[in-house]
Amino acid sequence: MTRLNSIKDLEIIRTACVLEQKRKPITVTVCAGTGCATCGSTKLADTFLKEIQRKGLHERVALRRSGCHGFCERGPVTTIMPNKICYLQAKPEDVPEILEKTIVEEGVVDRLLYVDPQTGGRISNIDDIPFYKYQRRELLEKISAIDPTAIRTYFAVGGYSALSSVLTKMKPGEVIQEIKDAQLRGRGGGGFPAGIKWETTANAPGETKYVIVNGDEGDPGAYMDRSILEGNPHGILEGLIIGAYAIGASKGYFYVRQEYPMALDNVKLAIEEATEHGLLGKNILGTGFDFSVSIHRGAGAFVSGESSALMNAIEGHVGEPRPKYIHTSVQGLWEKPTCLNNVETWANVPLIINKGADWFNSMGTEGSRGTKVFSLVGKVNNTGLVEVPMGITLREIIFKIGGGIPKGRKFKAVQTGGPSGGVLPESMLDLPVDFDELNRAGSMMGSGGLIVMDEDTCMVDTARYYTDFLAHESCGKCVPCREGLRRMLDILTDISNGNGREGDIELLEDLAEVLQQASLCALGKSAANPVMSTIRYFREEYEAHIRGKCCPARMCKELVRYRIDEEKCEGCGLCEKGCPNGAVSKIGDKMYAIDESKCIKCDACFAACPDKFKAVQKINTNGIAAEMAA
Amino acid sequence: MTTVRLEIDEKTVHAQEGTTIFEAAESAGIKIPHMCHEKHLKPYGACRLCMVELVNGAKKKLVASCVYPVEEGLVVQTRSDKLTKMRRMIIELTWPVSQDLAKEFGVIRSRFRTETSDCHLCGICVRHCSEVKKLNTVYFKGRGIDREIAIVPGLGNECNYCQECFGFCRGGKIIQEFLYE
Repeated sequence: MTRLNSIKDLEIIRTACVLEQKRKPITVTVCAGTGCATCGSTKLADTFLKEIQRKGLHERVALRRSGCHGFCERGPVTTIMPNKICYLQAKPEDVPEILEKTIVEEGVVDRLLYVDPQTGGRISNIDDIPFYKYQRRELLEKISAIDPTAIRTYFAVGGYSALSSVLTKMKPGEVIQEIKDAQLRGRGGGGFPAGIKWETTANAPGETKYVIVNGDEGDPGAYMDRSILEGNPHGILEGLIIGAYAIGASKGYFYVRQEYPMALDNVKLAIEEATEHGLLGKNILGTGFDFSVSIHRGAGAFVSGESSALMNAIEGHVGEPRPKYIHTSVQGLWEKPTCLNNVETWANVPLIINKGADWFNSMGTEGSRGTKVFSLVGKVNNTGLVEVPMGITLREIIFKIGGGIPKGRKFKAVQTGGPSGGVLPESMLDLPVDFDELNRAGSMMGSGGLIVMDEDTCMVDTARYYTDFLAHESCGKCVPCREGLRRMLDILTDISNGNGREGDIELLEDLAEVLQQASLCALGKSAANPVMSTIRYFREEYEAHIRGKCCPARMCKELVRYRIDEEKCEGCGLCEKGCPNGAVSKIGDKMYAIDESKCIKCDACFAACPDKFKAVQKINTNGIAAEMAA
Repeated sequence: MTTVRLEIDEKTVHAQEGTTIFEAAESAGIKIPHMCHEKHLKPYGACRLCMVELVNGAKKKLVASCVYPVEEGLVVQTRSDKLTKMRRMIIELTWPVSQDLAKEFGVIRSRFRTETSDCHLCGICVRHCSEVKKLNTVYFKGRGIDREIAIVPGLGNECNYCQECFGFCRGGKIIQEFLYE
C-alpha cells in the first residue's frame, strides 16, 4: 500500500482510482448490507461474479458489493450503472438472464422491476421508484456508490477531499465556524448544536482532548447508524478526523455495538486502510497533524449510548451514567475535554465542508437544517432506510415514500424517537420533521426510528412494551428511573390484563412527572414519553381497558377470546393444523370449534384461517368481533 | 482554594470551591433529606432525595445537591411544594425502607404494590467495599429493575473479618446476603 505523504499524493491516487473505475463502463452493484445479506445477496453477488467471468464480460463489467441501499423490504437490491436499472429480489438463478438481457441485449428483465401499486406499471430507473423519488439522499448516496471494504472506491467518489481542504486551507477555528454556520444539530437524539459542542471542547482547558463516535444505536427497530457504519465507514472517519483537527484532539474512539459484526469488521478495515494510506497516525498527509483511532466494542447495554455512560464504558467501568453538571465537553473521558457525536452527525461533516454551510442551510426548517436518515419500519408497505430533508411531514414519509399501510388497514399511530420518544396519532401526521416540533408534540426526533402502527395495535400494549424495554435497559442506579419504571410496568401490565383500577392513569402521570424531573440521566428523564404520549393522544383506549375491560385493538390477550363462526367455517382444517395446543377440533362435517379451556390465545388459528372465509374471529369482552384476517 | 458565596434557603453561605451544595448546606446547619449519601464516600447521586431547586430569576431547575458543585451566586431552595411532592414519591417508591423519612414527610403508605424490599440500592455497602476497603467483594449484579447487591461468589470469606458495611445498611439486606453466602 502506498502511504500518502502529501495532498498531491491523495489527488494522484484519486485520479488513478477514477480511471480504474472508468475502464469498466458498466457496474453491477449488489447490496451487501445486513438486510439484503439475510435475503441472500452474498450468494447473488458470488453468482454475478462467476457469470460475468463465464460470459467473458469482465473486461467491461465490474461487480461491486455496496452497503445498504435502503429498500430493505424488497432486498436484495441490485442496480446496474450507468443506466440506473434497479432489480429487486433477484435470485442467483436470475443472474444469467439479467446479464444477457441487460448487458448483452441492453434491455431489461421486466419481472424483476418495481411494480407501481397504483398504475401497475413497471419502473426500471431507480430514481423513479417512489420510495427513492421523494427522498433526498445526500448521506446515503455514497453508500450505494462505494464498496465499504475498499478505500479506493471511496477515493473515486471524492473521499477525503474534505479532509485535505480542511488541513490545507482552514484553521481549526474556521472549521468550527463552518459547522456552527451550518447549524448542524446532533443526530443521536438530543439535537444539541454540534458546532457549539465542538467549540466548548476546543476552548476547554487541557492539552489532551478526545473525540468519540457514538455507534451504540440500540432503539428497537432502528438501524440508521448501523447502515452508515457498515456502508460508509470512511465517511464517518473523515468527519471524525476533521473534528479532531478542529478541536485539537489527537485520539479518537469508535464505540460500536458488539451486536453489529459487519459494522465492526468494516470500521476496523477502514481504520487499517486509512492508517496504511497515511490518513491516520503521525503527520497526516504531510501536514504535521497527528491523530489515531481505536475501536471500543459495546458490551450490550442500551444505556451505554448515553454519553457519560459510554465514556465510563471506554474507561473500563460499568456503563452507568454519571452526573453531568460539568459537561463532558469540559470533563469527559478520563476527565479530559471530550467531544462525542453520533455516527450520522460525524458523517454529515465532510458533506458540509465540501458543499458549504449555505448548502446545508438550504435544506430543512428554521431550527433543524440538513437531512435526516430514518428507519421506516412496522406496518408500512416499503420498510427501509430513508433520507429526507428536515421539515418534510410525517405523512409524506409514511404515505409517499413508505407507500402507506399494508393490506388496506387504517393508519393508527407512528412511534418516533425510539423508547424515549412518543407515539403520534393521525392528527399529528402533518407535523414537520423538526427537533423542536416533535418535542412539542410530546415525542422526539431521537436517532431516527419511525415505527408505523395500524389499527390492530393496542396503545396500552405499546406503552407497556417500551416501558418494559426501558425498565430492563435502565442502568438501575437512580431510584426514580429504576423504581419508577418498575411501578409503571406493574400498572401497565395490570391494565392490559384487565386488572386496571380507577386512578391508574393519574398515578402514571404522577410517576412520569418524577421520572422527568428527578432522574439522573436522559434515559430516565425521557423514559415516561411512551406512556405520556399514549395517554395524551389515546386516553380513551386506557379508559376502555380500565373501565370496560376491553382492548379496542383486540391485542391484549387477557381481554380477547377466540371463536369460530359456524356460518362461515368451510371445514378446511387449517386452524386445527395451526393450533399448537390441540384446542381446535372438528365438531361436524364442515365445522371446527375452539375449546377455550385449552386455548392459549397464540393467534395461530386466526392467522391460519384463509382470507376468503374469515371464520376464526377474535372477540372482545364487549362482544365486537374482529373480522379481519391477520 | 477560593471561597464562593451562595444563598441557601435565604441564608448566605460561604463554601470552598470544589465542594457541593449538600456540603455547603450541611456546614450552615441546613439539613437536606438523603438516603444514598454517606460522608466518608464519594458523592453518588442515586436516591435523588437530596434534589434542590436552583433559582435563576423566574426559572427554577432541579439538581441533585450531593453532586452539584457550588458556584458563586447560586440561589438554592431546599424545601418547596414541588420538592416535597417529589420526595414523597421517592419514599413511596422505596417503601418500606425509609420509615424515618416517611414520618418526616407524612407518608403513611405506598400506592404501589409493596413487595418486602429491604434494599433500595443506595450502594453504600458496594462503595464502602470498593472505595475504603479496596476489596470489591460486594457488587451490583444485573441492571435496570433486575439490579441487586451481591457478594462475589467465593469471596464471602473476606466479609467474615470485615463486616464494616453492615452498620451502614438501612434495610439489613447486606447482612442477609452475607448469611446466605
